[in-house]
Amino acid sequence: MAQEPLLQLKGVSKSFGAVQALYRVDFAAYRGEVMALVGDNGAGKSTLIKGVAGIYPFDEGEVYFDGQPVQIHNPREASALGIEVVYQDLALADNLDVVANMFLGREMIQKPWRLDEAAMERKALETLDSLAVTTIRSVRQPVAELSGGQRQSIAVAKAVMWNSKLVILDEPTAALGVAQTRQVLDLVRRLADNGLAVVLISHNLHDIFEVADRITVLRLGQNVKEFIAADTTHEEVVHAITAGALRHVPGMVKNG
Amino acid sequence: MVLGGKSLSLAGYFREYGKRIRAGDLGALPIILGLLVIATIFQTLNQNYLTPRNFVNLILQMAGITTIAIGVVYVLLLGEIDLSISYVSAVAAVFMTMRLRPPDGWPWFVALIAALIFAAAIGFVQGLIITRFKLPSFVVTLAGFLIWNGVVLILIGNGGTVIIQDPVIIGIANYFLPALWGWIVVVGGAILFAANRVMSWNTRRRRGIASTPALVVALQGLAIILAAVVVVSIANQDRGVPFVGILLLILLVGFTFLAERTPFGRYVYAIGGNAEAARRAGIQVQRIRVLVFMISSFMAGMGGVILASRLRSVDTAAGGGSLMLNSIAAAVIGGTSLFGGSGRVISAFLGALVIASVENGMGLLGLSAGVKFVVTGLVLLLAVLVDAISRRGRARSGVA
Ligand SMILES: Nc1ncnc2c1ncn2[C@@H]1O[C@H](COP(=O)(O)OP(=O)(O)OP(=O)(O)O)[C@@H](O)[C@H]1O
Ligand SMILES: [Mg+2]
Repeated sequence: MAQEPLLQLKGVSKSFGAVQALYRVDFAAYRGEVMALVGDNGAGKSTLIKGVAGIYPFDEGEVYFDGQPVQIHNPREASALGIEVVYQDLALADNLDVVANMFLGREMIQKPWRLDEAAMERKALETLDSLAVTTIRSVRQPVAELSGGQRQSIAVAKAVMWNSKLVILDEPTAALGVAQTRQVLDLVRRLADNGLAVVLISHNLHDIFEVADRITVLRLGQNVKEFIAADTTHEEVVHAITAGALRHVPGMVKNG
Repeated sequence: MVLGGKSLSLAGYFREYGKRIRAGDLGALPIILGLLVIATIFQTLNQNYLTPRNFVNLILQMAGITTIAIGVVYVLLLGEIDLSISYVSAVAAVFMTMRLRPPDGWPWFVALIAALIFAAAIGFVQGLIITRFKLPSFVVTLAGFLIWNGVVLILIGNGGTVIIQDPVIIGIANYFLPALWGWIVVVGGAILFAANRVMSWNTRRRRGIASTPALVVALQGLAIILAAVVVVSIANQDRGVPFVGILLLILLVGFTFLAERTPFGRYVYAIGGNAEAARRAGIQVQRIRVLVFMISSFMAGMGGVILASRLRSVDTAAGGGSLMLNSIAAAVIGGTSLFGGSGRVISAFLGALVIASVENGMGLLGLSAGVKFVVTGLVLLLAVLVDAISRRGRARSGVA
């Protein structure tokens, strides 16, 4: 496939004090495709997507979106570009209800400054229905009252409600039961089939082989390999995750 | 299909309500019971407690601390604290009074507005220091407490008193509406308020998402109007409805609207619930924090003006005593959590009502200040205990 990536990272690095979480990583996500991002715990997956989401800046490297070089300084700029993220540590406000969480930071307004609760509630219900999220009793209950899986569904619904171009999901099925995992995977596939670029982080290779078009492997904060899902096997990917060749030998990286 | 809240039947509504109560979600119920208990005790001990005169006195006594406590609610919603409120209120009052002094005094509204802007500016600076340098609000506002206390003493000079002569400023806490105007303003306001609720309920219903049965909405509306009628008829047997009571209602309604119906209020709750989630949602967390400290100082200034108006003067004792602790206690007794994200503006009113009722009752009985403190402290303790126990009930029944 020769198409241009929607999101492209070139040589991004990020360190937290002495910890080099990412070192000169390249990454790309394509329209209409699911790009899986895999790697062991601490490989730097969440760090990579938080940089894209504007949670913190990369130390070096370039970010291209839609072919244009971009600087994403904060989450607002990320969503303005059309980037939506479902975080591993969900980022919901427990004391607010489902509707308030889904619209947080992007409330619908009525007249001069009034929240348009009715319109928000309707749109939230529509979105949840379209995702077949059926176990939530009321969208007016605080998120604190929901189960882990239900909270996960809300976080996913929140990300896809906006007309986004790139949806990033950090372990969206980790807390889910069988049926809900099924729904999220179907949803991931559906988003890509609708032309969005999707980045899926997961430790479950079975799930990944089911929905992903490509697989990027990170190890110790570095790129190991990018696979085409159809042309590889579980074994190859597992080998890359655990023992893939590193381009830069740890200990020889300049940081310290 | 997720329940958006299609109109419940009346029985269904009360079943839901009963379920919430049993689960420990008590709302304002304990405090209303508490007020009934307080009223019964003091009335049995002293026949002057439940009289029109004392009723009006109560409104005058609670006005200042309710106003300050409204600002405290906002700060607590963020999960922060503001200890400087009492002396910020005093500084604003002193500033205004000195600007009013003849012969070259400013017109009352210029002095008043300048004092309130000055108060808000104090909150701006304190909020900026807290957010820019990531300092605990406890420490920064404790420093503010000391600094503004000092400024009050310096401005007034040793043992001095500054008298207020401006009739409008004195009127804030000493003017009573003529009987007819009391009826027109309070009952008229209540009717408008009830009508507004019915109308917004109706809009929701037409869009297919109302949850309260029609009968409940109607009864709530009638209850509001009835309460207004009762209040005015009692007040009119004494001096009439105090202007400061109307001011209090406007502040309560306005700040409730800000907290519960606007994006700003939504962000305050979100930051108190999960600041990181708010940040990731693109909310400008630091800006909201600074604005909340400005609201807190602004309301403190307003409360200071009301207190000064009531005394018709300010002296070196302004802002002292138990003003700061009572204002914070009012918000907490009213049900606002110290841990952020939970509470309502109305809790400022409910808590201040409890504190003022106890103080007023013990004043009638001629009890000493020592006894007053002990009892107010016990009430505060009781309030947080009830909250903690009900929260445990909620956790056990899986609703939290
Ligand atoms: N805010 C932070 N401060 C300090 N170190 C951090 C921070 N965030 C991540 N790290 C470190 O960066 C490295 C990469 O972490 P990251 O969360 O990106 O891993 P991950 O691939 O998402 O792992 P997992 O599969 O467990 O979610 C880890 O060594 C982690 O300790
Ligand atoms: Mg992670």
